[in-house]
Amino acid sequence: MHPDTFDPTAGGPPPEQRPDDGSRRTFIKQASGILGLAVAPPFISQAEKLAAYTGKVEGATEMKLKVNGSIRTLRLEPRVTLLDALRENLNLTGSKKGCDQGQCGACTVLVDGRRVNSCLTLAITTQGKEITTIEGLAKGEELHPMQAAFLKHDGFQCGYCTPGQICSAVACVQEGHTKNDAEIREWMSGNLCRCGAYPNIVAAIKEVAGKGDGKS
Amino acid sequence: MSSEPKFFEQPAGGVVGKPMDRVDGRAKVTGAARYSAEFALPGLTYAVLVTSAMANAKVSLDTTQAEKAPGVLAVYTHLNIPPLAVLPNSPDKPKGWSPPMKYMPLSNNEVQYANQPIAVVIADALERAQHAATLVKVSYQAAEPIASFEDPKAKLFDPQAIQDGKTAGHTVRGNPKEALAQSAVQHKATYTHAINHHNPLEPAATTAFWEGNRLTVYDATQGITRTQTSLAATFGLAREQVRVITQYLGGGFGCKGSCWPHTVLAAQVARGVGRPVKLVLTRPQMFTSVGHREDQTQTLQVGATKEGKLTALIHEKTSTTSPWDNYAESNSKIIGMLYACPNFEASYQLARANVMPSTFMRAPGEAPGSFAIESSLDDIAYQLGIDPIEIRLRNYAEKDSNDGKAWSSKSLKECYARGAELFGWSKRNPKPGQTRDGRYLVGMGMATASYPVHSSQGTARVRLFADGRAVVQSGATDLGTGTYTVMTQTSADVLGLPPDRIRFELGDTTLPTAPNSGGSVAAGTVSSSIFVAAQDVWRKVKELARADSKSPLYRAKMDDIIVEGGTLMLKKDRSKAEPFAAILERARLTDIESTGMGRYGAGFEGDDKTTDQNSQPKTYSMHSFGAHFCEVRVDPELGTVRVTRWVGVHGAGRILNAKTARSQMIGGAIFGIGAALMEATERDQNFARYVNADLAGYHVPVQADIPDMTIEFVDEKDPYINAMGVKGIGELGMVGVAAAVANAVYHATGKRIRSLPITPDKLLGTAATV
Repeated sequence: MHPDTFDPTAGGPPPEQRPDDGSRRTFIKQASGILGLAVAPPFISQAEKLAAYTGKVEGATEMKLKVNGSIRTLRLEPRVTLLDALRENLNLTGSKKGCDQGQCGACTVLVDGRRVNSCLTLAITTQGKEITTIEGLAKGEELHPMQAAFLKHDGFQCGYCTPGQICSAVACVQEGHTKNDAEIREWMSGNLCRCGAYPNIVAAIKEVAGKGDGKS
Repeated sequence: MSSEPKFFEQPAGGVVGKPMDRVDGRAKVTGAARYSAEFALPGLTYAVLVTSAMANAKVSLDTTQAEKAPGVLAVYTHLNIPPLAVLPNSPDKPKGWSPPMKYMPLSNNEVQYANQPIAVVIADALERAQHAATLVKVSYQAAEPIASFEDPKAKLFDPQAIQDGKTAGHTVRGNPKEALAQSAVQHKATYTHAINHHNPLEPAATTAFWEGNRLTVYDATQGITRTQTSLAATFGLAREQVRVITQYLGGGFGCKGSCWPHTVLAAQVARGVGRPVKLVLTRPQMFTSVGHREDQTQTLQVGATKEGKLTALIHEKTSTTSPWDNYAESNSKIIGMLYACPNFEASYQLARANVMPSTFMRAPGEAPGSFAIESSLDDIAYQLGIDPIEIRLRNYAEKDSNDGKAWSSKSLKECYARGAELFGWSKRNPKPGQTRDGRYLVGMGMATASYPVHSSQGTARVRLFADGRAVVQSGATDLGTGTYTVMTQTSADVLGLPPDRIRFELGDTTLPTAPNSGGSVAAGTVSSSIFVAAQDVWRKVKELARADSKSPLYRAKMDDIIVEGGTLMLKKDRSKAEPFAAILERARLTDIESTGMGRYGAGFEGDDKTTDQNSQPKTYSMHSFGAHFCEVRVDPELGTVRVTRWVGVHGAGRILNAKTARSQMIGGAIFGIGAALMEATERDQNFARYVNADLAGYHVPVQADIPDMTIEFVDEKDPYINAMGVKGIGELGMVGVAAAVANAVYHATGKRIRSLPITPDKLLGTAATV
């Protein structure tokens, strides 16, 4: 279980305390109080708990998302994913929906600097965190070094996986998973490219990692 | 006869062919590029498809609960969906309308394939539509479906013609059966190919809205005009009442080359709710909505001399098709033309099953066909102790055996030689199963690539402004192949302007008509159209100058005026010169505009016209050619195959952009490696449903599967194919790839795998045999 993902079946308090800023703790309070979410007793099977959860949550709630440095206030249902919040509600369509199942990586964004599949992340769980999308990487007209490297090395064709690849690549460099080509390939294998730009993507990441300026 | 050249010659300092960065690259790396599901229209609503769990059934639906769900605007079934003017199976459907399937979901209560749409839910938010779709109750009156041609219930038939009647179902040349019987070497093998799905990263998506009787769709399509044609026909509208826009396309590979039912459904329900509707297919729906490469088996019989020269080829293909179409990939075309062989026969058998029709998928026919012939030829080479390149040279076709025509150009021998050199082919141990690297068996294989230059034509508009900028337009699409970029480069050179002074626009049916971006025709057709249009712009500017007493070119002869870098001058006295802007300004014109029609393939008549014995213009067989070289490492205990090196050398006419062309050839090889090693959609033989319809179950190559690759192009000038001498490279890089991998696997292991994909189970036990 990803520690940053809200799990309605887990029960118990969150492992770490966070300020009352719309983070997971706040959400549980909202969900059980305002929204009337049933916190299921432990003896009910997981499937039944999920069914009850789906049945009882209705209506939109206000949430604040910090996207690319700006706080955006939205009224969304708690079931809205971060990807749909970005694409359908904030008109930030750079993050792509390729599968909506966490299998292709096209929706990769950075949450507190970590790469996540935004299609598997509920928007409401990212309150109080720094969300960086492809639209937030460039500084004005100046491309992020990774964006410039993808352009130079032709690390894409159709461009649909590209925002996810670039966000993933930025994190890959920051993680230090760029010792050699094989390591880059392994750590970039969660981002599918059907046009087959893989060798060019490796070239782009190597260049940025080599310069040591892959930081966002 | 006009003095204007018919064939593009690159100006000094020109940018055609240069490795220019993509002009749309900045939009793509910043997330600014808008794909078809990314237009935030006022009042936008969301459509979600309810699909059938059964493949052969009649359905009744209860939509009561779904209609009451929050945010729902409408739930449409066959009972209440706004009707269409013409159905695709109607005998009075308009000519030229070529829908990919002759059946329209929701036109009745029938289900003919699994996951066929049976209802459409429209709501004000995506998650509300998704939830409401789960509330539609479906009752099935189901019958047992036919799952494939291998189903005992399936009936094989001779289709007479395949591919919508475009290709004959049976071809004979010479006397193949007799020739085979008399051949010293007789080789017979059966090859199977799993179902493959295109799976572009961008799912099919349509955003549709109506303004009165005018329909606009943002559609993820490779052919805006084809989609316009289909929508106009289906809704009984004039063509100009339908506008189709595709500014960015997230890959296609053939599955977006047709107007499929979901696009029609989106427009239907948008009319019903009176609001803009967005319909995006889910990834699982992509497996049952936009075609696939069909499950197929090919039996190839080869006759050869002891020296390895081909004497006979007999090819039989059996494959699955839908209940209504006769679609099969034309595998036999490449088998009949790739090598010199006097005797050839090809036939197709189909069986109807409860499946969607298959459709063209990157190198349709050439990819699986080349797998068969290139594997068999490799077998014979080993059998006779001939090097795999040498046997291909012994069978080198000096002309096209299919039609007897000479090649317009062919650089295949150079491709073999250069590829072998880059790969280090001569260092390879010719014996299979002998090369090891630690625990791994190492194998090296090669195969030939080829793809035809299909016939096509299109139109482009060039608008040259007096301020030295130009807008160039053609209703093509850019699948990611680089159309935006290479057309900008072409425009720059034919207008003599720097590329940053050009804006190339595509992807809108309000622009001049271009062909579908498919069959590798777009680059050659559209660039030639721009070339022709630019010639006409210069003709008009020259006319202005000749008639202008203030111009140094006043009263000059048309043929004496040349244009270089946007400046008009006398051929014989270059001091008599004037920039075009000055001529336009004196004429008080802000711009000059022309359209041009470019022809690609057989319709093009070049400068270098030669005649045959009957004084008719000589026609040529037009193909691109290339050679792939592959190294694999096979784990003898686990049966896993990894491609560790790749070299591709190709001759494909003029290359418009060295960088994007290299990327496209790498992409073609990777697409082929996927088909060779991992891609297979499994259809349940009881329910005719796909069991692995997502990207976790259907494996496409990932970053870790792919080594660095070496790609080169051989310089090739071909004045017979089109004004730009461009052959198109969309498919070429994929043809022969599966065979090159399989041949390398054979060289590594001594085991010949004739069933794609080459998964570990097929190689287990290899360790014992070597």
